[in-house]
Amino acid sequence: MANCSDEDIKILVQKANLIRQHVLRMTFAAGSGHPGGSLSSADILAALYFNVMNHRPREPKWEDRDRFVLSKGHAAPAYYAALAEGGYFPVEELITLRKLGSRLQGHPSRSKTPGVEMSTGSLGQGLSVANGIALSAKLDNRSYRVFCLCGDGEMQSGQVWEAAMLGAHYKLDNVTAFLDRNRLQIDGPTETVMSIEPIGKKWEAFGWNVIEIDGHDMRQILGACDRAKEAKGRPTMIVAHTVKGKNVSFMENSVQFHGKAPNEDELNRGLKELGAGK
Amino acid sequence: MNRPLANQRKEYGKALIEIGQSRGDVVVLDADLSSSTRTSDFAKKFPSRFFNCGIAEQDMMGTAAGLAASGKIVFASSFAVFATGRCWDQIRQSICYPRFNVKIVASHAGITVGGDGASHQTAEDVALMRTLPNMTVIVPADATEAYKAVKAVVDYPGPCYVRLGRVDFPVVTSADSPFTIGKATIMREGNDVCLIGTGQMVALCLDAAEELHKKGISAQVVNMSTIKPLDEETIVKAARQTGCIVTAEEHNILTGLGCAVGTFLAEHGGCVMRRVGIPDTFGESGESEELMVKYGLTSARIVESAEEVVRRK
Repeated sequence: MANCSDEDIKILVQKANLIRQHVLRMTFAAGSGHPGGSLSSADILAALYFNVMNHRPREPKWEDRDRFVLSKGHAAPAYYAALAEGGYFPVEELITLRKLGSRLQGHPSRSKTPGVEMSTGSLGQGLSVANGIALSAKLDNRSYRVFCLCGDGEMQSGQVWEAAMLGAHYKLDNVTAFLDRNRLQIDGPTETVMSIEPIGKKWEAFGWNVIEIDGHDMRQILGACDRAKEAKGRPTMIVAHTVKGKNVSFMENSVQFHGKAPNEDELNRGLKELGAGK
Repeated sequence: MNRPLANQRKEYGKALIEIGQSRGDVVVLDADLSSSTRTSDFAKKFPSRFFNCGIAEQDMMGTAAGLAASGKIVFASSFAVFATGRCWDQIRQSICYPRFNVKIVASHAGITVGGDGASHQTAEDVALMRTLPNMTVIVPADATEAYKAVKAVVDYPGPCYVRLGRVDFPVVTSADSPFTIGKATIMREGNDVCLIGTGQMVALCLDAAEELHKKGISAQVVNMSTIKPLDEETIVKAARQTGCIVTAEEHNILTGLGCAVGTFLAEHGGCVMRRVGIPDTFGESGESEELMVKYGLTSARIVESAEEVVRRK
């Protein structure tokens, strides 16, 4: 949590870096996939899977586990990397991403991949599902929490706002959502394609506890999760300001790398920038 | 023929309460139509397990998926047009793909919705649901069968769609009649033609069979209460026994029961066939009986069609 030692933070930062390296290797091996939005969410995923969430990789269906829904399903490479590093399946399996017969589908599939809580990919749906899981927890008096990672392009979907209403209406304070605010979608900047600002104010107006953070600052991510847990009677939306393609210079703020895999040269340059051994 | 009438929605409400009493893991969602779909009966009895999602069917299906992901058996209801078309992608992505126990029980199907007109009628819902992998599609013939279908889907694995009407339907089955998901029921034996009906059209098939009997044509009547999985065995037997088939449905003939039966038979020896149903068009306002006549959902149309296929075989 937020009172982590510097050493703990360092380990989380290393995990995020490892996730980023996997993302490059996986999308390169697949020849397709979505590196940009995977890299922007790597720190959030590292924080959740290696600090915040209460879970047991060797017992994926443990009833009291915290749940995670990747609403922006195209960040699957980063998600799988976090799951593999967490111990849900062998790290060696990561490069089978998108290959015929692989457990690692292009977008998450609950029935195929250990640790994947919900099948996603068609955007705008994950928060509704997270709400449903949270309602179930309330009904059963269970204390597990539900985390959901949304993309900013998704904010253009009407269903997101239906879910915003439901979450507030049913006082789902066991829901913590992240908005990976990397500002880019396939056709360009969100504010050019279909502006979503002022996004924090919108969530506030819908009755959510809104926390704005730097989505690449590990202490801020952990601190926001703590504050979300303290908020009673309303769900939390953490607006995480991020950089698409974070930490790989030529992918940073690049629309092109939303849905394009690196070629071999780009892979090597990227891995070098990330300080990978090879 | 004069048959007693009974309402499917009322039976849904009754069945839900019984399920709620025996099953603590059942929850019910609605989208602001609970008094019409009759999920309000459950809501009154078990308020903590009922969630009104407002006029937000997409979110309702996603919420249903989340509840099901946590082990709940979820009933989600609205009018058929909204419960299928408005949230089809959510049903596909969040319910059918992960194969969740979400039971979509939709009322006001077909054109007998009546006065509300085309916006609230649907002749497409069976098509939308049967095209989804993992989905089971049930169209009960009457109120008694609606009750049984709702009871049966609770323990039937995976997503299910149960289609109910607004108006009272003629009663054609009894509490003792067999009902199994995926199994058709032979309602009347006959050798010259087979009339396969679904929903309230089963009653009209029985009426038509009576009329055909007077004309010297012996008609078998099959109640195809499950559209998917289709009872292929019964269809093949009927085709072999009678040599010609008429299907009858309160649905677009291009994409419902007739389509399912016809494409199946085309690959299994073929059969002279005629589809009775709503032509490829939208409905309109009117009394339900008037609409039935205008859109060809009558026993007379089934009789004509039967005579035609008997001639052609």
